[in-house]
Amino acid sequence: MSNPDAKLREEAVAGNGLLNRRALLRGALFSAGMAAAGVNVAKAEDSVGADAPEWMKTPGRPFSGYGTPSKWQEKVQRIFTLAPGRAGTGVSRTPLHLLEGTITPAGLHFERHHNGVPDIDPAKHELFIHGMVKQPLAFSLESLLRYPMETHIHFVECAGNSGAFSAPQAQQITAGELNGLLSCSEWTGVRLSTLLAEAGVAKDAKWVIAEGGDAAAMSRSIPLEKCMDDAMIALFQNGEAIRPEQGFPMRLLLPGFEGNMNVKWLRRLNLTDAPVDARDETSHYTELMPGGKARQFMFLMGAKSAIVKPSLGMTMKGPGLYEISGLAWSGAGRISKVEVSADGGKTWGTAALTDPVLSKALTRFRMPWHWDGRPSTLMSRATDEKGGGQPTRARWIAQYAPGQGYHFNGIQSWSVEADGTVKNVYA
Amino acid sequence: MSTPKLGILVVAFVLLSIPLAGYAQNSPGLGRPVSPDEIRKVDITVTPDGRGLPPGSGSVSAGAAVYAKACQSCHGEKGAGKPQDQLTGGLGTLASPKPVKTPASYWPVATTLFDYIRRAMPITAPQSLTNDEVYAVTAYILSIDGIVPNDAVLDAKTLPRVKMPNKDGFVSWWPKAPRQ
Repeated sequence: MSNPDAKLREEAVAGNGLLNRRALLRGALFSAGMAAAGVNVAKAEDSVGADAPEWMKTPGRPFSGYGTPSKWQEKVQRIFTLAPGRAGTGVSRTPLHLLEGTITPAGLHFERHHNGVPDIDPAKHELFIHGMVKQPLAFSLESLLRYPMETHIHFVECAGNSGAFSAPQAQQITAGELNGLLSCSEWTGVRLSTLLAEAGVAKDAKWVIAEGGDAAAMSRSIPLEKCMDDAMIALFQNGEAIRPEQGFPMRLLLPGFEGNMNVKWLRRLNLTDAPVDARDETSHYTELMPGGKARQFMFLMGAKSAIVKPSLGMTMKGPGLYEISGLAWSGAGRISKVEVSADGGKTWGTAALTDPVLSKALTRFRMPWHWDGRPSTLMSRATDEKGGGQPTRARWIAQYAPGQGYHFNGIQSWSVEADGTVKNVYA
Repeated sequence: MSTPKLGILVVAFVLLSIPLAGYAQNSPGLGRPVSPDEIRKVDITVTPDGRGLPPGSGSVSAGAAVYAKACQSCHGEKGAGKPQDQLTGGLGTLASPKPVKTPASYWPVATTLFDYIRRAMPITAPQSLTNDEVYAVTAYILSIDGIVPNDAVLDAKTLPRVKMPNKDGFVSWWPKAPRQ
């Protein structure tokens, strides 16, 4: 057998144990063969049941109308705390660190509600398109279902996601608590431009004021340009009717734009010549800078990445081979590259991206890592196809007034301690 | 069927299929035309220049009563906040190490207050206040920091003219970052 240390050096792509993924595929690092399986020689008069698990010896459960996750997965839940006196107002987060792949199960999609989840009767709901149009129109769900449909996979990320990184001390919370105002679904619906063309957009219209049919009548100003581009009236999420928490019977989907603008329970699109300075585009989702001025209408979510494995709450079981894995995304388009560092940013190796790599969608990255058991700082940084990247946290923070936490896309770091525990660190 | 008859049918079908509004051929065109009256019933948007503001009016003193009844239990006495958002104070703090963002210190236009209160507040009974009550409570909240005088009466004409302390505080980054 060859010297394992020499083998690791040969396959290194960056410092402190980051390895070439192809080495894994070649099996170059697996020095020992599979242990020989024990051989059971059954006698003719024995039944095999003596050695079989219980669930092989009794019939299983019958069919069910709507399947639920395994009872062994009961801890995989959205993360939230109910604030007294304001049930349904606030957020719940996707437990990113407990999931794999890139599609978020609908029941685990993050939530942001401003006054609870409405229970809208689809037969009594219409989408109004009016204002600067030739003919104001109303669309029922039934009528929209007859329109040509499109299906796209896109992430939705709250503008306040990862706001905890604006705190002066690194918060010791999980990857889901840090970054879980982020989910990714397959959305199916009608292109908004088709409906706007039907109403006839007036020449001077520039903005579209979207409004939800919830008890907050949540309202945002959206550039007409986006509405004529890839905006969609989404009716389906991961193949089934969109969930109430995501806007049943219909929501606005603005791929790559901050979550709040993707108005749920959409009931009205009002075409105007100017934005309205709605509460959620002045009081919220604006970026206060040093000196007291604030940036407004920062719509596009920047290139970003987060390692979810390993992450806080997991414990490494001694030195050896591990897979570092995480999520990368950008509101500007496809992820073109994700780099990983295991030495606090001194050296970086390029991670493998799991197909398909889609525009404005979560992308899974993976990097083999031989952990030598010593304290190590893991980082990731994403680049998108438009050249967008991630600043260091310090550089990101320096742009803003104290406490400004919207649109964070700085580089994140986990420290793996000698005892195998993982900590959030500002590195 | 003879060929000429079929030809006429095809021509008639093509003519009937040309969409009136010029929208995409693959759209079934199922939008229900809506009258201005119907739009008036659902359109609750108020723009910074005052379009969409309804008839009616409200005074600071009437607003103090509305506030005590509908707002104070969440937003505290005189909008001081707790348990929910602080509505008043914070003027002059935006550039300080501890910025306090309130409608009074941060919001650029006064119409946002009317628009937001009317559509979303009070949180336990949204859209329950009358237009007069919304004008009044808007006037009361603005009076606490002296943004309007204590004898102010707000209506569709006067509300858009209210100058908010942070009216010049926002820099638009759409469609692109401003030149530095």
